Amino acid sequence: MTGSPSAGIVRPELAVRNVGLKYMTPERELVALSDINLDVAAGEFVALVGPSGCGKSTLLTLMAGLVAPSKGKIAIRGTDITAPSHRVGFMFQKDTLFEWRTVLQNVLIGAELLHLDRAAAQRRAEELLIGYGLEEFLHSLPHQLSGGMRQRVALARTLLPKPDILLLDEPFSALDYQTRLALSDEMAGILRSEGKTVILVTHDIGEAVSMADRVVVMSRRPGRIKSQFNIRFASAARPTPLQARALPEFNDYFRKIWDDLDMQSQTQALQ
Amino acid sequence: MTTQDSIAAPVAAPATETPAASPEYQRYLAGLKRERLLVRAWQLAIIIGFLILWQIAPNQGFVNPMLTSYPSQVLSTLIELVKNGSLFVHTWATLFSTIIGFAGSMIIGLILALSFWSFPNVYRVLDPYMVVLNALPKIALVPIFYIWLGDKSSIYAMAIIVGVFITTLMLYTGFRAIDPDKVRLVRLYGGTRADLIRKVLLPGTVPMMISTLKVNVGLSLVGVVVGEFQSAKSGLGYLIIFGSQVFQMNLVMTAIVVLAIISAGLFAAIQLLESWLYRTRGGNV
Repeated sequence: MTGSPSAGIVRPELAVRNVGLKYMTPERELVALSDINLDVAAGEFVALVGPSGCGKSTLLTLMAGLVAPSKGKIAIRGTDITAPSHRVGFMFQKDTLFEWRTVLQNVLIGAELLHLDRAAAQRRAEELLIGYGLEEFLHSLPHQLSGGMRQRVALARTLLPKPDILLLDEPFSALDYQTRLALSDEMAGILRSEGKTVILVTHDIGEAVSMADRVVVMSRRPGRIKSQFNIRFASAARPTPLQARALPEFNDYFRKIWDDLDMQSQTQALQ
Repeated sequence: MTTQDSIAAPVAAPATETPAASPEYQRYLAGLKRERLLVRAWQLAIIIGFLILWQIAPNQGFVNPMLTSYPSQVLSTLIELVKNGSLFVHTWATLFSTIIGFAGSMIIGLILALSFWSFPNVYRVLDPYMVVLNALPKIALVPIFYIWLGDKSSIYAMAIIVGVFITTLMLYTGFRAIDPDKVRLVRLYGGTRADLIRKVLLPGTVPMMISTLKVNVGLSLVGVVVGEFQSAKSGLGYLIIFGSQVFQMNLVMTAIVVLAIISAGLFAAIQLLESWLYRTRGGNV
């Protein structure tokens, strides 16, 4: 399974080819990523899991075009990424809302910077926010919102320019457990219904298994792809993340990925 | 105040819904009001006590009235200066130079801080010089500025230079403290450097700018008065030097009182600006 692209992809939406990344600091030279090969099909939901420091978030910044790889290439629909593109949306760990802007103004930041039509963008922003139950907070400032509401605003901001690919960098990790379950359920629904291609970085195996079509496990530094798991449930329709958590397959995948991550030896190493 | 507000808030909310507040809550509110009044009363008592002491001590021969003057004489000097119109001239000269000073150091400091943020290597090169220039007693430059720039411009230059280095360093620190993810977010949408400055750096450092302004008002006044000592033909600094040379303590004291009023006024103006921003930006200042 290791390293081989999933079967059945003719022309991947996102193709990562032999990507490596080196950091140089005055103290040392650090290989952060090595030989990463990954194909993601259009509409696929892929979760990247791995021990902390394995470079999974770094890989996401490469896909976003924020950082250039030292080796290899990343392409979207056959076109190499050299700079950030509005076709790729990025969600940060923190909601990164601008405290001085209202909710609506925050959602519109992308439209302003991309010079999209203002009126149309505003209509879409209002639609999105109302869809996420934030109609009363359009003109509120971020500090008046709860963590879950703030992350919904961040989602609306990310989806506003209609990106094809969404890169999510542990977007739920700053939330409390209940909000996290509820919001991941809600977001998975939104993203699936819009047919987005999603790459989710998480340290939470449960989140990965319940949300994704495929879970990619990365090894410790230098980050490599260690194994991949296609998540299939027996039910006819794709279960929502919350439903998935109650299914027997969930526990099987959870245990397999847990074993693969080799957390035990890590905790022992820490002790 | 802040802690009182935050404690009061959850209690106050249900009270607005129920028409009659409970007796305990009324007592609590009355207590808050009493505390506020007490603080005001003490503030007033201190200034009144000071004025009385200043009036009585020379009268009773505890200090030499030639050296200290009296509040009553300061008042009559003030009235005299208002009558002959010179108070306005001198006050305006000083106020104008001060405004030039803090506006100038703010603008120049902002430009420098933005350049440093945009070109970190420039900052790395200039860092030791900035630190030394900031620490240098700028008052030592007064004679040089006078020779180079003449009487008027040397005062403006002095007013600007006292504040410009600390302004630059404070604003640069503010820019550096901006969440790097906010910068990344703008880059993700293809934002330019100008976008970053307009949409993130400037609005994101408003609180820092306010505190810089507060520091600058005091510094600019120092620069102006010292500049006026050297070269001016008008202004409150000139009045002080002139008064001391002819040994007219009334004049010196009056000028100092007016300076105190100016600095209080400027400070109040900045606080008004701050509270206006606080209201419009919802507590993010």
